[in-house]
Amino acid sequence: MRYGLLAVVLIGAAILGGCTEGVLDPKGPIAAADRQIMLNALGIMLAIVVPVIFATLGVAFWFRASNERARYRPNFAYSGRLEMLVWSIPAMTVFLVGGVAWVGSHDLSPRKPIASTVKPLRVQVASLDWKWLFIYPDEGVASVNYLAIPVGRPVSFELTSSGVMNSFFVPQLGSQIYTMAGMITHLHLQADHAGSYRGMSAQFSGEGFADMYFNVDAVAPEKFSEWVDTTHDVGAELNLTTYTELAKPSAAVAPFTYHAVAPGLFDSIMVSEMQSDDAMCRSYPTAMRAEK
Amino acid sequence: MNLLGRLDWSAIPFDQPIIMGASGGVVLVIVLILSWVTLKGYVPYLWREWITSVDHKRIGIMYIILALIMLLRGFADAIMMRAQQAVAAGGAQGYLPPEHFDQIFSAHGTIMIFFMAMPFVIGMMNFVVPLQLGVRDMAFPTLNSIALGLTASGILLVNISLAVGEFAKTGWVAYPPLSELQYSPGVGVDYYLWSLQISGVGTLMTGINFVATILKTRAPGMSYMRMPVFCWTSLAANLLIVAAFPVLTATLAMLLLDRYLGFHFFTTDGQGNAMMYVNLFWVWGHPEVYILVLPAFGIFSEVVSTFSGKPLFGYRSMVAATMSICVLSFFVWLHHFFTMGAGANVNGFFGVMTMIIAVPTGVKVFNWLFTMYGGRIRFTVPILWSIGFMVTFVIGGMTGVLMAVPPADFQLHNSLFLIAHFHNVIIGGTVFGLMAGYNYWFPKAFGFKLDERWGRASFWCWLIGFYVAFMPLYALGLMGMTRRMQHYDVASWQPWLVAAAFGVVIILAGIVCQVIQLVVSIRNREQLKVAADPWNARTLEWATASPPPAWNFAVLPQVTDLDALWNKKQRERTQQAQPPKERKFEPIEMPKNSATGFIIAFFAVVSGFALIWHIWWMAGVGAIGIFLTMLAFAFRDEEEIEVPAEQIARFEQAYPVEIAV
Repeated sequence: MRYGLLAVVLIGAAILGGCTEGVLDPKGPIAAADRQIMLNALGIMLAIVVPVIFATLGVAFWFRASNERARYRPNFAYSGRLEMLVWSIPAMTVFLVGGVAWVGSHDLSPRKPIASTVKPLRVQVASLDWKWLFIYPDEGVASVNYLAIPVGRPVSFELTSSGVMNSFFVPQLGSQIYTMAGMITHLHLQADHAGSYRGMSAQFSGEGFADMYFNVDAVAPEKFSEWVDTTHDVGAELNLTTYTELAKPSAAVAPFTYHAVAPGLFDSIMVSEMQSDDAMCRSYPTAMRAEK
Repeated sequence: MNLLGRLDWSAIPFDQPIIMGASGGVVLVIVLILSWVTLKGYVPYLWREWITSVDHKRIGIMYIILALIMLLRGFADAIMMRAQQAVAAGGAQGYLPPEHFDQIFSAHGTIMIFFMAMPFVIGMMNFVVPLQLGVRDMAFPTLNSIALGLTASGILLVNISLAVGEFAKTGWVAYPPLSELQYSPGVGVDYYLWSLQISGVGTLMTGINFVATILKTRAPGMSYMRMPVFCWTSLAANLLIVAAFPVLTATLAMLLLDRYLGFHFFTTDGQGNAMMYVNLFWVWGHPEVYILVLPAFGIFSEVVSTFSGKPLFGYRSMVAATMSICVLSFFVWLHHFFTMGAGANVNGFFGVMTMIIAVPTGVKVFNWLFTMYGGRIRFTVPILWSIGFMVTFVIGGMTGVLMAVPPADFQLHNSLFLIAHFHNVIIGGTVFGLMAGYNYWFPKAFGFKLDERWGRASFWCWLIGFYVAFMPLYALGLMGMTRRMQHYDVASWQPWLVAAAFGVVIILAGIVCQVIQLVVSIRNREQLKVAADPWNARTLEWATASPPPAWNFAVLPQVTDLDALWNKKQRERTQQAQPPKERKFEPIEMPKNSATGFIIAFFAVVSGFALIWHIWWMAGVGAIGIFLTMLAFAFRDEEEIEVPAEQIARFEQAYPVEIAV
């Protein structure tokens, strides 16, 4: 009995503890919707799970061998009505939660653009060993281990990897998505509140994995334009030479920026692992592969 | 060409005090045990009665001994990880460099799943299923011994990796491209692959053996609907093994081809695709969790019904639920990677299918509840584990269904919430079930009960320790902490990880209590001695002596209903006492001992080790050795020996069974 209670208390404490940061403290529409769905599903299930826990402990306690008042029914092994109940309670719960899952899966599909009057900001993300490269193709700048985004404007991510698999995840902004070499995944996020949020890789990728985190600064749109302007003035250009240098394995890289980005670079990262005689890759620059 | 392939002295990490200390200690203990056994002159006995034995009971016990040793090994890894994460906050790096930490979590997962839980479950089924079916042995006794040998070979290879070379640094799922040669050039992934390939073949043999045994060799009169529920869940688990393990073998074989022969199944170049590996791995991986948990469900069914003094409530429902889980478990694998970018319909479909599996599982929980309802519950150690399971498992099931909701999984995937969830169901389900079974069937295996007081102490330590160790991980997952972090920058995570480390210490106390329980029970075995049926149980394994003779039943039982022993006892009680009938015994044909399993295991280790280190001639020697051993076995002259009727009569006189079925 005590321990069932303890479990409930601990879970409660865990949820409260989680409220200070992480996925239970959303800062954007996607994260808020993810959380809402999580809490809905949890609520539906707790309504059945908590009574079952108490019933288990209660029945076990009442029907203890030493309890004279409990009626012993050694042949009570079947009841059609109870069977009906036993199958329909979980089925109905699952019907509800399954509905939540199906609808949620469609509403919050990572590739679904966020409805907004503002034109989304495009960001191309590449996971390298072991750091994150963010390219702003329309602004023509790039940054490493640092992501600046404007508040209130949807961000449309295209993601790939230079080699091993990673998962791009900013808990307070919402869903995560894998980054895989030779492929592009899509994700749409938005920050509604200014602030600095922790982002990271959520898929183990080797030795430097633990340091593969970055800050996301959600700033007012004017501030974001300022950041783009100042970024244009400092740092190197991101081209095949500087990229090859960057792509060499390194961990715990301090954030820095590139003042310009060579066109088509993201696509060449995407296909850099493919073989040059591969028909699919011929349309892309081959210089990258030569470097390898 | 180098005669020893890639192997040289640099393979042994002399500069790593932790590894050298641990492996040196292990080697020392093994040498001490071996020399003690040799000096005491136990070797012929061990060889005759255990190593070459094809008796399913002996094989089952050896499986469980292996599993318990691997539990200690895997748990040592767990302690090291928890200790590392408890200290490596902020700028601190802890005491384990990534190089070592990454091997530890990979080894922990691999060992706990493949070399602790699997042998434990298989050992339990080996010991119990033929007895419950009322038969004398498995369908293929020597195959059973070979399967044990191959499992032991896999275990040996994984443990050799501690001292010679390294283990995988990829996590226990070894996703490419990380596990490809390009990113993991060392021998670690090869150790992983070959030990799983070798033990996987053994597991597949076990699966075939059990399916044949359960479908084809039951006691006279035991129709399917009279089979004990544990036999049903074992049947389901073994059907899953037969269907799922070939997928794992094929998947790992493809990765091996990539690594050894330059194929491009999963590489980033040559149009390889790692997503294929991830899919195939989980096509095996999800049925695998049901392979582990279904037999545990069977154990709980037996334990709850025995100690409630009632038949299992809704037997037919339970069977239906078991078989539907068996089928449905093949339609849910994609929920392990909702975040790979599949479309909304695909994610939605697999999310809903996953939840549908929760229906038969929920039915089981309710049926155990109604089995206790109206019962007369004796609170022995096995039922404590069962009630602890029912409470813990519904929490784990709930968090599992929560993660089956794709948008929730987008936030919880790969986080410590996931770690907490699957430990919640694997510890709370499989391990609790195995502990219940261990306490429940121990008197049958050895003829004396395990000490109750230390058993209760170990249960409470495990239960409390589990909650203290894993509830903080749920919180950390919600706080955004991901798995497999050698160190972390967020200071607010540390208190939770310290609490979790404390929980592991409590579980350690539980394990210590279990060791003491075993020692105390062996010391007091005379007082704890029991007859055939110490628990007033219901099924056939309790209708023969404890421990049972090699032939299990002097006369095969005649089964007329479910709970055959219980109903027989009821009838005996109500009928007038009749004068004991003179029992006639006939000679019994028993399978002959065989060293085949041991020799094949030896050559499998030789081959596996050689392949890992690219020592091609030695791999050839091993393969030829295995082939010749099988050839020799196939041409054997004599496969059975006859146990004379007098010997059976003598045994029956010495260990009379009150009620024969």
